[in-house]
Amino acid sequence: MAYKGVWILGEQQEGRIRLVSYELLKRGRELADKRQVELWAVVLGKQISQPDIEELFQRGADRVLIALHPGLEHFFPEPYTRCLSHLIQKYQPEILIASATTTGRTVAPAVAITCNTGLTADCTGLDIEPETGNLIQTRPAIGGNILATIKTPNHRPQMATVRPHSNKPLEADLSRSGEIIYEKVNDDLVKSRVRRRDFRPIGAEGSNIQDAEIVIAGGKGFKKEDNFRTVAQLASYFKAAVGATRDVVDLGWATYPQQVGLSGKTVSPKLYVAIGISGSVQHLAGIKTAENIVAINNDPEAQIFQVADFGIVADLFEVLPVLQEKLNQRAESKFKI
Amino acid sequence: MKIIVPIKQVPETSNVKMDPETGTMVREGVESIINPLDLYAIEAAVSLKEEHGAEVIAISMGPVKAGLALKEAIAMGCDDGILLSDKAFAGADTWATSYVLAQAIKKIGAFDLILCGERATDGDTGQVGPGIAAWLDIPFHTYVSAIKELHSGHFVVERMVETGYEILEIDRPCLLTVVKEINYPRLPTLRGKQRARKMQNMVWGPADIEARGEYLGLPGSPTRVVKISKPQVARNGVILYPKDDKQVEEAVDQLLAFLEQKEIL
Repeated sequence: MAYKGVWILGEQQEGRIRLVSYELLKRGRELADKRQVELWAVVLGKQISQPDIEELFQRGADRVLIALHPGLEHFFPEPYTRCLSHLIQKYQPEILIASATTTGRTVAPAVAITCNTGLTADCTGLDIEPETGNLIQTRPAIGGNILATIKTPNHRPQMATVRPHSNKPLEADLSRSGEIIYEKVNDDLVKSRVRRRDFRPIGAEGSNIQDAEIVIAGGKGFKKEDNFRTVAQLASYFKAAVGATRDVVDLGWATYPQQVGLSGKTVSPKLYVAIGISGSVQHLAGIKTAENIVAINNDPEAQIFQVADFGIVADLFEVLPVLQEKLNQRAESKFKI
Repeated sequence: MKIIVPIKQVPETSNVKMDPETGTMVREGVESIINPLDLYAIEAAVSLKEEHGAEVIAISMGPVKAGLALKEAIAMGCDDGILLSDKAFAGADTWATSYVLAQAIKKIGAFDLILCGERATDGDTGQVGPGIAAWLDIPFHTYVSAIKELHSGHFVVERMVETGYEILEIDRPCLLTVVKEINYPRLPTLRGKQRARKMQNMVWGPADIEARGEYLGLPGSPTRVVKISKPQVARNGVILYPKDDKQVEEAVDQLLAFLEQKEIL
């Protein structure tokens, strides 16, 4: 088979490489080393920051393949699908992984159809089967009730999207560099039947729960919308994003982009704090890859304690004031020093 | 205007069994519902119908009993339901599923809009919507949180991404996958239920949609589930049960110590 090499799809915003792409390079590096092949980072955009290109090498890429065209500045499905499919057909990578972001989860399925190959969504584990060289893709499914291991035995490239923040990037190795390939992009490839009119960024309080290092989430245990504001106060100590359960979003105490769980977002922060959250199967499905989980709930039977690394079984209205006071004291004492 | 809504019947996620032989889900004996995220697509279609006039057709690939999901869609206000059901379709991955749905849409003929849920809560891939659009070679977009304007040649939609909302124009006909933020799905009405009861879903097989046999079901799927395992759920963390104010204070101190140990504070 002619297909060879591991590719990661790098994402850019305003010409800057996004953090998720450096995370993806670590996954790609492991696969490329096991398969003893090169790791390429493929980036599409209008222009790409030169230091960021250097960083792609420093964090694991052997080559960087860049397709530049004004029509690739923003992500539109058709130009990205066409360009990526064109590059795949030209260079024939054996494996292509993308981040399971709104971009990756949109472009990858269309590319899989165009290139007539399989795609596995939102993987949390990737490995190489030594005998065959097949990509072993592991992902949670059915509300996190099962872990499925999936292969794409007879189609190439093998494609997967990878859950954002399910691993850290490699340390930058400043001695690393490599070849940059600039790919010519014909106007035909970037024709789009979708056009961008405007963009409205999410404000600070709606900060992105999927990119946050720390997420503090609240549930119905807060009883009233007024009380729920404590979550935001706590979040400000930790520079954390505020998450919420489905119930709380349905009550209007929080917005849908803040919803964590099966019908909301999956998060993998360094710390997830669940307060007044019982931990339905659906909610737990969204936090299983969090590094540390802290739970505060008055019900000792609450499912959330099953997944907690640290739990306090007590009334949140008794625990939070003490916690806030102690955090205040810490902040003050730091200030004095 | 003609709107097509592909939907999926899914098991209640809290009660799932797997076939250890095939690695696929045992659907018998498990309560089935419309994929909760498809309800937003149905609602979006039915409210467009109410405001602007439209014919709404729900389609679904699945076993015969998936016809119940179509009936529920009709009870919510869809005009028609088409079931794609045949042994040859069984075990399809997202590639083969989107192929069958695209072939069925080709057979339905001209349409203005395809509305899909963001993803199904069982497979949780979100790949079938974009897949259908790729097979049909129509413009598409995902994570749509509002349909703001209808024009003769295009729609204006709002799309929710990690950092905010994009306002986009998208040419008709097109496919949109919608997120929960777009609306509040209605419950089926009594009249709707009565109508659904009387209606007979059309059932189409491979020949009806002129499908290529080698693209169907498990044999036509590029991916293979090779193993199913139970994820490690319990983390066996430290759980404290403070009984009074003093113990609450100690518990909070221990929590802060835990956060320091993890280099969070």
